[in-house]
Amino acid sequence: MNFPGWQVDIGLEIHAQLNTASKIFSGSATAFGATPNQQASFIDMGLPGVLPVANGAVFEKAVRFGLGIGAKINRVSKFDRKNYFYPDLPKGYQITQMDEPIVLGGQVTIETEEGEKIIRITRAHLEEDAGKSVHDAYDDATAIDLNRAGTPLLEIVSEPDMKSAADAVAYARKIHQLVTYLDVCDGNMAEGSLRFDANISVRRVNEETLGVRSEIKNLNSFRFLEQAIHFEIERQIQTLESGGSLIQDTRLFDPDRKETRQMRSKETSTDYRYFPEPDLLPVELSDTFIDQIQAGMPELPDEKSSRFQSEYRLTEADARLLANDLTLANYFEAVAQGVTDPKTAANWIKGDLIGKLNETETQISSTPVSPKQLVELIGLIEQDVISGKIAKDIFQALWSKEADSPRAYVEEKGLKQVSDAGALEPLIQTLIDANPKQANDLREGKDKLMGFFVGQVMKQTSGQANPQQVNRILRNLLGL
Amino acid sequence: MSIEFDSIQTLREALDGKAISATELTKHFLSRIDQLDPSLNSYITVEHERALSTAAAIDKKLMAGERATLLGIPIAEKDIFCTEGVRTTAGSKMLAEYRPPFDSTATANLAAAGVIRLGKCNLDEFAMGSSNENSYFGAVKNPWNQERVPGGSSGGSAAAVAGGLCVAATGTDTGGSIRQPSAFCGLTGIKPTYGRVSRWGMIAFASSLDQAGPMARSAADAALLLEAMAGPDEKDSSCLTVSVDPYSTLIRQPLEGMRIGIVPSLLAEGLSESIAEAFEDCRKGLEKLGATFVEIELMHHHHSVGAYYVIAPAEASANLARYDGVRFGYRCEDPADLQDLYLRSRNEGFGDEVKRRILVGTFALSAGYYDAYYKQAQRVRRLIQGDFLQAFDQVDMILTPTTPTTAFSLGENTEDPVAMYLQDIYTISANLAGLPAISFPAGMSLGLPIGLQLVGPHLKEATLLSCVHQFQQVTDWHHQHPRNWA
Repeated sequence: MNFPGWQVDIGLEIHAQLNTASKIFSGSATAFGATPNQQASFIDMGLPGVLPVANGAVFEKAVRFGLGIGAKINRVSKFDRKNYFYPDLPKGYQITQMDEPIVLGGQVTIETEEGEKIIRITRAHLEEDAGKSVHDAYDDATAIDLNRAGTPLLEIVSEPDMKSAADAVAYARKIHQLVTYLDVCDGNMAEGSLRFDANISVRRVNEETLGVRSEIKNLNSFRFLEQAIHFEIERQIQTLESGGSLIQDTRLFDPDRKETRQMRSKETSTDYRYFPEPDLLPVELSDTFIDQIQAGMPELPDEKSSRFQSEYRLTEADARLLANDLTLANYFEAVAQGVTDPKTAANWIKGDLIGKLNETETQISSTPVSPKQLVELIGLIEQDVISGKIAKDIFQALWSKEADSPRAYVEEKGLKQVSDAGALEPLIQTLIDANPKQANDLREGKDKLMGFFVGQVMKQTSGQANPQQVNRILRNLLGL
Repeated sequence: MSIEFDSIQTLREALDGKAISATELTKHFLSRIDQLDPSLNSYITVEHERALSTAAAIDKKLMAGERATLLGIPIAEKDIFCTEGVRTTAGSKMLAEYRPPFDSTATANLAAAGVIRLGKCNLDEFAMGSSNENSYFGAVKNPWNQERVPGGSSGGSAAAVAGGLCVAATGTDTGGSIRQPSAFCGLTGIKPTYGRVSRWGMIAFASSLDQAGPMARSAADAALLLEAMAGPDEKDSSCLTVSVDPYSTLIRQPLEGMRIGIVPSLLAEGLSESIAEAFEDCRKGLEKLGATFVEIELMHHHHSVGAYYVIAPAEASANLARYDGVRFGYRCEDPADLQDLYLRSRNEGFGDEVKRRILVGTFALSAGYYDAYYKQAQRVRRLIQGDFLQAFDQVDMILTPTTPTTAFSLGENTEDPVAMYLQDIYTISANLAGLPAISFPAGMSLGLPIGLQLVGPHLKEATLLSCVHQFQQVTDWHHQHPRNWA
């Protein structure tokens, strides 16, 4: 979408759920999907007399993210209380970091159609998640599930450096990639592990100051993020072009109606009355602590992509594609190291595997075909045991769990390719006899007809004939 | 039998020597409570059965030869410490039926030391008050004179100890709530260094100021209780990790060579004559014991009440937000909607003083006022801390009155919150600075006890306790009891 005369400024606040085993201020587990309130301790429930104790693991994760974006790590940060009433906020305040966040500054580079862009990150701070209000469990009441209350979040706040919905999605994907790579967040969008708030404003092309912004809350997929931004840009520009004016507000996106609706305006917004959390001491991080995390930093996507090109001789495009997602990259490396030609591994993954994943909307983390199975399958081709065509059928069988070991499946179904000249020769001779015109044309140089004969042989052998062998015998019989 | 005013040491010997059993001792106090407390109202909950079964178990231990300093000593707890399965009200309608699922660390520590809990003591609602008139469960009367208040907020604890309805009691002190009632009731009460006793399970009023401590008949008794209550606790991030000094041994240290600070400006105006006289007498007494007195100045002390009444309500406004009628505690009947549930549950569940402080605190934290109130108050707090640090370069502790007057009459200050707040003028600065401070009896005026206060450096509880203990070796103010009150 393009709006001549207008430019757009977008900043994102991304809530990434940290993948720690226990909550940020209590020992409760953080696993998704437990029976309501079974993972809520006295602390999570905010009973009288309870006190929070910070989980050390969250600082490590936050620092790791900070180092990953080249940010300044605040050696001393502190927690604050953000006060508001809501039934799923047990204490009546959220513990967060207001003016002294743990991560300050930093940036990421995104790929866009206009080339690379740098998106600056303002800050990232630690906070606790609230519980959940469940509106559909009872007819006449809302239920509260506090399992999520106290789940650690890293809120990543960007500068308004994105100029389109595409930029915003690219940035969101980049952060998703980074947090999963850094093992800071499991990146599971369906379980709400990454949620976006988008701050959007528009201004005339020559206007220097930012326009009046709207914040769209709680977008939980890249698709909704994109749709909501598109809608919001259009709404703002149309309002201004028709002579109206905008007010700063907070909005909710309705994916069914594809529109945003006002939740509250700035005038009616809550005064959160932040003040330092007296139950927690300031967080002091030593240089040793940060150095240790620095030393243990994993390879990041750009480094990995370069290594894939040099180590496995992949093209830049293939290397980027495979390095894009850590699970996929690990999958590729597991397969590449088990086969003779890593490029074959790359081809299978980006073709058959990714195709199937996309087709069935499956995450790579839950693929039914293991790297071990794929290694075995490619091995069978490399050893001339099966043809490429049969291999594709076996891949389908692996995907549907009909097959377990490719080698055993080949044995069981008798899928070994036929390379034996004694078996193939009579069959090919019969075909030449049955198709004299085509045979003649081929003799006279119509090479395309080679494919016709090979195809016929494959058809009659149910794909088990070795194509190279068929080729050789055919040329022999035709005296080529 | 007249053992209700005996020291822990005397009771210890009686229990160990089998002159009395823990059960007999417990029954003695329970029957005094049944007989006498209706006129004092010092207990909210009396745990007859539980106390007797604990006593029976302890008697078995004593028979088996087990010995520990507090084994079998009947005490009472301020009803702000969570006690598993036993209702813990904080003096509020909001929690009138609330039964916590766990014990506070202080409670658990005392239980582990072998005390017998007789019950839970009355207090100002959520520990907000200086007269114990703000309790949903009714005002408490001072056993020395039932027209008078016992002080607050630990007024029930003070009245119960002074009235011989328990040997000692726990209290909490956010701005003077252990020391002021101790002074009004003739007790020795210590507010330890912030973080010395865990706050886990202590219902919060103002988190950065709240501190638990014992209220007892003497420094020796207080030392024994504090030894048991205090200590590191992983469940409280602000709890200090250093180990606890052996107070009950250290109290025998002589006073010889100690330098005690006196702040002339604190003695200038507003102090009642009788207390000023008691102060002079005490000073002479301590000099005789070998202490020397040094005049010092606490430059910003006069700002402490103002700073306190911003910081404490601000923290309270957040700490009390959880009482919303959603998960536990009082819920209004038939709420029309969520807003109604919040408004009515809180409006009906909280008393006036609590509401006043929530409003003050909410205002102080509001956008546009935060810098002028909360931030400024924190600055003042740091200045007050700095004053004390400087003072402790010169002196080992500072002697002040605990209160400007002796116990005032019931109803005397209820219409004037500021007059009530000025009750804490001598005590608040120790909370703001996180310092240990002790109140001890040092005189009588018109049949009412006079309390004086010693404030010491960080973690110097032993210095304060030993000074008071030495004073109590040569005075008998702590041996005076309201014998004819019932």
